[in-house]
Amino acid sequence: MLKIENLHATVDGKEVLKGLTLEIKAGEVHAIMGPNGSGKSTLSYVLAGRSGYEVTQGTVIYKGKDLLAMAPEERAREGVFLAFQYPVEIPGVAGTTFLKAAYNAIRKHRGEKELDAMQFLKLLREKQALVGMKDDMVRRAVNSGFSGGEKKRFEMLQMALLEPSLAILDETDSGLDIDALRVVSENINRLRKPDVAMLVITHYQRLLDLVVPDIVHVLAGGRIVKTGDKSLALELERTGYAGIGTQAA
Amino acid sequence: MADASTARQVADLGDRYKYGFHTDIEEDRAPKGLNEDVIRFISAKKNEPAWMLEWRLKAYRHWLTLEHEEPSWAKVSYPPIDYQDSTYYSAPKNPGDGPKSLDEVDPKLLETYEKLGIPLRERGILAGVAVDAVFDSVSVATTFKKELGKHGVIFCPISEAVQTHPELVKKYLGSVVPVADNFFAALNSAVFTDGSFVYIPKGVRFPMELSTYFRINAANTGQFERTLIIADEGSYVSYLEGCTAPMRDENQLHAAVVELIALDDAEIKYSTVQNWYPGDADGKGGIYNFVTKRGACRGRNSKISWTQVETGSAITWKYPSCILQGDNSVGEFYSIAITNNMQQADTGTKMIHIGKNTKSRIISKGISAGRAQNTYRGLVKIMPKADGARNFTQCDSLLIGDKCGAHTVPYIEARNRSAHVEHEATTSKISEDQLLYCRQRGLSEEDSMALIVNGFCKEVLQVLPMEFAVEAQKLVAISLEGSVG
Repeated sequence: MLKIENLHATVDGKEVLKGLTLEIKAGEVHAIMGPNGSGKSTLSYVLAGRSGYEVTQGTVIYKGKDLLAMAPEERAREGVFLAFQYPVEIPGVAGTTFLKAAYNAIRKHRGEKELDAMQFLKLLREKQALVGMKDDMVRRAVNSGFSGGEKKRFEMLQMALLEPSLAILDETDSGLDIDALRVVSENINRLRKPDVAMLVITHYQRLLDLVVPDIVHVLAGGRIVKTGDKSLALELERTGYAGIGTQAA
Repeated sequence: MADASTARQVADLGDRYKYGFHTDIEEDRAPKGLNEDVIRFISAKKNEPAWMLEWRLKAYRHWLTLEHEEPSWAKVSYPPIDYQDSTYYSAPKNPGDGPKSLDEVDPKLLETYEKLGIPLRERGILAGVAVDAVFDSVSVATTFKKELGKHGVIFCPISEAVQTHPELVKKYLGSVVPVADNFFAALNSAVFTDGSFVYIPKGVRFPMELSTYFRINAANTGQFERTLIIADEGSYVSYLEGCTAPMRDENQLHAAVVELIALDDAEIKYSTVQNWYPGDADGKGGIYNFVTKRGACRGRNSKISWTQVETGSAITWKYPSCILQGDNSVGEFYSIAITNNMQQADTGTKMIHIGKNTKSRIISKGISAGRAQNTYRGLVKIMPKADGARNFTQCDSLLIGDKCGAHTVPYIEARNRSAHVEHEATTSKISEDQLLYCRQRGLSEEDSMALIVNGFCKEVLQVLPMEFAVEAQKLVAISLEGSVG
């Protein structure tokens, strides 16, 4: 599904990713853990195609295609979804309007018929129920005045609606209370299918208790320094990053 | 909100202006230039009574004294206009005395309206809109006369009103915008060729939207519409004005005057979507839009509400204003002004509080892209006797790119201690984060931009009548075409 090889990327002229190699197969859930400043968010932005994140070396192949050659919207339409760490407010744009535009853009790309307002609202209601978001919340302007937990729920609503084949979750669990954390983990687990790959970026073991990863990577200094199974996350929880010998810790 | 279909339309348009075509119709036009003979020609063409001609000549003679007083205070620049190089009257030719019904209308004209998306026969019926279509300078078709008649509403070309309701025209024409008001108003008063006249009788709350579509068609013809709307006691009317213009290389002058009069307990809602040709990306061509719009809340508890979506024209100079004379009267101004490429807009409002407990509300959204300049200029004036007057003003500017400009020039004159005047202003840029967020969900860059800008304008879009709101949202997307990437 996703094959990253020797990826180097700079932000403001400073190299943040320094030869990252990673492969995620369909059906797998990978967790990436690592200390602050290790390049976790940079990796998610590079995969989403944010401007200002310059790839200087290496390749990213997604479903056999060169991901880096695609515009951000093409990546999204091909099934790449990033749950943002800090979802941004879009004043005046109703959530329903935003979601319908996104959903139909993706359908159109797939050569499917766009949904009209009635059909879409029916579908959206089903998805809302999955994340526990009421009508009045989705009618409000996108992320405007949302609490941290509400923003993350809205990200999960979008993920449930858009049904990506590669989901990247950038610290979706940080700052969440127990209830919101449960919603997030339920939605990740629901999306867990043989044809879907997931990359869960997190600081904490507590999410990985609920979403059990197939593979855990430790990112430090812009590289994957250690890879293991779910027990690696537990080990990290015990010993900290220093304990597994990462230079950046 | 803009959606995928809007995006497709925008994409289909490419670099071409959507309404850049013109109809080949034989014209009956005045000789080039401006003098008393030309004014007499216009007046004679219209078969006007002597008092009307005198009124025009008086305005013209005043205009001559203003030779060096063309307004220069606005933040717009353009080469000097040669007023002798324009044609001040042109009308499509029709056999006989003009059309008695749609069947008699020149099919070419109807075709033009079709291209503009205004099928007269259907649009009115489907949307419940009565259309008084102005083609070049003469109104050629008016629909829904019967329905209007049922309510006693007069909605006709102003040239017709001069003939059929001279007492109303005499009484109110120039009563809000005097002939000597300003350079462009004086010019308009001298040479106006057509426009709409509306009279809503006492107590009539007219349920339909009255709509006029203006369109410049003849090359080198200045357009000087004159609109007069009178809402008698306890009446209500919503009036829609929309403009599109075909592509031209030379600049075209447009100097309209609109006067609104609301008597006791009357309400007028006036909405505009202005989409004159803005010129090409280098600023070549495009309409000069110098408009004087003013409403007088003459009666107690009266209300005048201006809503405008200004996306077109090379230059926009326009300040729809309210004179709040009656006690408890209310004035509102909701504005979206979008400038792209080389466009210049200097627009805003004047709220003059004269009566007691008068209220005004100003919401202005200015969007600037390309190398455009966008200025909000507004005056809130509280007169000494306006006890308990209140104003709220909010001016938001949005910048796209780093070569455009946004300016806010508010003037506040409060001469009564009990006045409450609030002014809020913000300037922001579309953030990289917002664009990425939308694009990461599958929206193209231009769709994302349209969505974000429509969101920014929401407070104004939502006060537009439904059929206009949809058109306005699409215009927002079209206007910002090419401003990203």
